[in-house]
Amino acid sequence: MTDLKYLQELEDEAIYIMREVAAQFERPALLFSGGKDSITLVRLAEKAFRPGRFPFILLHVDTGHNFPETIDFRDRLVARIGERLEVRYVQTSIDQKKVKEESGKYASRNALQTVTLLDAIEELKLDACIGGARRDEEKARAKERVFSVRDEFGQWDAKRQRPELWNIYNGRIQIGENVRVFPISNWTELDVWNYIKKENLEIPSIYYAHRRKLVMRDGFLWPHSEFLNIEEGEPIVERSVRFRTVGDMTCTAAVESEADQIDQIIAEISASTITERGARIDDKRSETAMENRKEAGYF
Amino acid sequence: MDVLRFSTAGSVDDGKSTLIGRLMYDTKALRTDQLEAVERTSKRRGHDYLDLSLLTDGLKAEREQGITIDVAHIYFNTPRRKFIITDTPGHVEYTRNMVTGASNTNLAIILIDARHGVVEQTFRHYYIAWLLKIPQIVVAVNKMDLVDYAQERFDEITTEFRKFAGNLSHKGQEISFIPVNALGGDNVVYASEKLAWYEGKTLLEHLETVPIPVTANLTEARFPVQWVIRPQSEAHRDYRGYSGRVAGGSFSKGDEVMVLPSRKTSRIQSIDVLDGTLEQADHGRSVTIRLEDDIDISRGDMLVKPNNLPVISQDIQADLCWMGDEALNPAGRYLLQHAASRTPVKVRQFAYKVDPTTLEKDEEAGELALNEIGRVVLRSAKPLFYDDYGQNRANGAFVLIDEHSNNTVAAGMIAER
Repeated sequence: MTDLKYLQELEDEAIYIMREVAAQFERPALLFSGGKDSITLVRLAEKAFRPGRFPFILLHVDTGHNFPETIDFRDRLVARIGERLEVRYVQTSIDQKKVKEESGKYASRNALQTVTLLDAIEELKLDACIGGARRDEEKARAKERVFSVRDEFGQWDAKRQRPELWNIYNGRIQIGENVRVFPISNWTELDVWNYIKKENLEIPSIYYAHRRKLVMRDGFLWPHSEFLNIEEGEPIVERSVRFRTVGDMTCTAAVESEADQIDQIIAEISASTITERGARIDDKRSETAMENRKEAGYF
Repeated sequence: MDVLRFSTAGSVDDGKSTLIGRLMYDTKALRTDQLEAVERTSKRRGHDYLDLSLLTDGLKAEREQGITIDVAHIYFNTPRRKFIITDTPGHVEYTRNMVTGASNTNLAIILIDARHGVVEQTFRHYYIAWLLKIPQIVVAVNKMDLVDYAQERFDEITTEFRKFAGNLSHKGQEISFIPVNALGGDNVVYASEKLAWYEGKTLLEHLETVPIPVTANLTEARFPVQWVIRPQSEAHRDYRGYSGRVAGGSFSKGDEVMVLPSRKTSRIQSIDVLDGTLEQADHGRSVTIRLEDDIDISRGDMLVKPNNLPVISQDIQADLCWMGDEALNPAGRYLLQHAASRTPVKVRQFAYKVDPTTLEKDEEAGELALNEIGRVVLRSAKPLFYDDYGQNRANGAFVLIDEHSNNTVAAGMIAER
């Protein structure tokens, strides 16, 4: 059931947070990945600042392992809204020998992008990065504040978070520090989908059911791509699937689905017996994979 | 569907995280992968039961020590209601997290271990809930299995709690008492034969049916200006809109408004949102207001109605919950953040420090250390436009920021009356 009154409340809160970022910081950026959560953020930014321009740039950290559909979508969206997009590439960090490509069957660039992000923050002198993380996604994220202060190494210290009361957000920082801001902290996966429906937002086609070539590995359906190190004998199949979250092609598993309409997706998620990040292979590395990455400056 | 926001508070090992885990487990709000992770870890630790606290204690240190360190936010729903829980730690040194967790809720569950009864922490938790003016309190007496589900024990605890709570005024606050055994699941979601003497609702039934109090203010129209939209573009050359979130009452097109601090008046020409305009914006709505006259307005200013002004003053009497590692320095300077403004303040008068366990007021204290509560009068560098916290939470709450560390060091509730 869509609850419009509640969605309105979430929207009002998120717009309020966006405007606090604009007012409290000098050089913010909106981290845009082309996933449904960052698409929602872009709509909220339009709601917060139109008919003016966004008081921040969009920043995409491109791992080079994205779904082509996502990149295509990103470029069309940016053209439509007429805002400035900066792209920084993980490949550049690899070429600069700042990070090393992982090897083996499970190689992914997920962890590498943290370095590229931190470099971009330094280069563009960003003091705030708006992101689409939500507290219902993962247990370490459930503990994070809306305004999350990071030191100059981008590190998150869970034990030293600032108290955050009522709707008062303290964004004061020292030079070199920056703040990650999560305007949709209080949204659930279902809230995001209901909002996409209410606002009639366009999203990348891979969120809808489509036929795709996949590799079956460890009980997951991995998208077949040139980036995945496939071992001999691993079964390759073709199925009707969709993606519930969109990360890299090397760390996002597909779910079998015939849902090609938003109402069907909402029905599927409501009835699902696994969580959204249950299909994120990057979270399966250990019990506290997300916290470990966050401490290192991950988003 | 209604949304109930509630927080939990209790001492270490009272079973807060287990209680939330139990609520989610028995309402089938858990997904398979979450459950499997809990089963795996419980087994690895050699438990012969499901350690449901693992669901919310997500940080490494929490899992290692089996305690809750930071506020976790949990979202779940039953067919009757949607719930947003803030699970807050019980350690005395983490009291600031309870304030953080409870500040946005309309119900607080205070846990008591049936074996230990009302302890010092219980007073502290209740006093904070009282100070924050949380309208609904549930006292959950947990671990009833360890006192043989004895009604006498439950009654003793109820009586003791009521005695303490009776010393405070309770305008608009209700207290309910519910016996539970979170580990075994008695009276959390399902009624239990072992508590046959208890005739009230289970915890879940109570949460599903308790009236959700209105915390929105309906009378004092307040609009703190957060951001000014001036596109100066070809298409919108003369557009000048004031963006913000209504922090009390409501504003309609055509209303006469006064701008603070300039006290100039104008009328509302238009209330803009992305896809058009609104006739009226109520408390909580984020909108952009345009006025009929060109007035110089910037962030920190406030639009109000001329017939209902907030207090406009540089002196602010308030209760403070101190959260800084360094004690309040009565000779120091702080930044006060309220609505959309941030202003330097000094402590003009230190009225008293309260002992939450005895309610005694110490007028000689002179300072507040971490987790202490007291009343002060602050003097701000420029006038603030505020209301009494009890009358309007949104315009009566503030935080103090340490200018040097930038940390948020106090929660403030304006006590105008």
